[in-house]
Amino acid sequence: MNTSNQLFRREVVARLLAHRKDLVAITGLGSPTYDVAACGDHPRNFYLWGAMGGAAMVGLGLALAQPDIPVVVLTGDGECLMGMGGLATIGLQQPKNLTILVLDNEMFGETGKQESHTRRGTDLTAIAKACSISHVETLKDWAEIDAFAQRLEEIGHGPRFALIKIIDGQTERVIPSRDGVALKLRVREALGLHNQ
Amino acid sequence: MSPTHASAHTPASWHQSIHALLKQFDVKQVAYVPDAGHSELIKQCHADQAMTAITLTTEEEGLGVLTGAWLGGQRGVLLMQSSGVGNCANMLSLVKMCRIPMLILVTMRGEWGEFNAWQVSMGSHSEDLLKMGDVKVLRAETADDVLDCVQAAAAMAFDGGTACAVLISQRAIGSKKF
Repeated sequence: MNTSNQLFRREVVARLLAHRKDLVAITGLGSPTYDVAACGDHPRNFYLWGAMGGAAMVGLGLALAQPDIPVVVLTGDGECLMGMGGLATIGLQQPKNLTILVLDNEMFGETGKQESHTRRGTDLTAIAKACSISHVETLKDWAEIDAFAQRLEEIGHGPRFALIKIIDGQTERVIPSRDGVALKLRVREALGLHNQ
Repeated sequence: MSPTHASAHTPASWHQSIHALLKQFDVKQVAYVPDAGHSELIKQCHADQAMTAITLTTEEEGLGVLTGAWLGGQRGVLLMQSSGVGNCANMLSLVKMCRIPMLILVTMRGEWGEFNAWQVSMGSHSEDLLKMGDVKVLRAETADDVLDCVQAAAAMAFDGGTACAVLISQRAIGSKKF
């Protein structure tokens, strides 16, 4: 296991999800989808392959519908920036079972590694705080990541937002299902819901 | 009542009926960007303990929220005015790819006695844009049509799984007066 200070994205996600039991993971398009799939496919994974800016909103709707199930959105800085208004919508609803995890590499990785706003000063944690997200933090090292992973399924006092400044490292592209209907039916079945 | 109303229905009366209809269809999440035409319905949904009313910053958020709601077993409705349809274009791919039973109620601007020409552009293309996103569109031209159209759309969405929008015409609502 990596003991350096460099927070390689795959290991960050693997450690964050290491203790998962009941949580549903919603992934933003691009690398977060591959990162979560690389931890092993799971019936409670819902991968987005498009709908940029929508991951946190899918998480919100699910968190409100299933208040006892932990809902974890894993997404990137670009996807989060596109849906920034949604942080205010989450702040207004205050779901206790929703956690947003932003893997911030300060670039648009899928499209040629163009610099994102976070490279030049945009602070997504400040935005999350300003949107009344109850618990906001930056996970700065492996100890903080492992500690957060232990608490990942806790239902707290309100929504949580954690940002991790990651580096990409060498990653294999792990391609999960792109069939939105199949992914939808699988999550619903895993939650014990009836599918017609 | 606005002098442009041709029907005996007041806006309040058909909004009351829509709220009751949404309850019949077991709608739990009501996501919206406010419009004056939906204001009574929004009030009723906020007052209803069995519903969660979700104020959005932009309409596309609602398509994400209601997709999540359906993943978690709850039905929802998205309320907006016609200019908001333009904000939804890319997010409609989520609804299509995951075949989400989406119900959208759109109050129209820019089509009947509109004083603000800036509303006319999107109002003229709302129906086309929804159709391009593979959303079935029903139009309620008069106040008398509204409830039937909403009932038909809700049945198509929740019984049939077809994403469906009702465009409530400006003629039915009454043009905005300043």
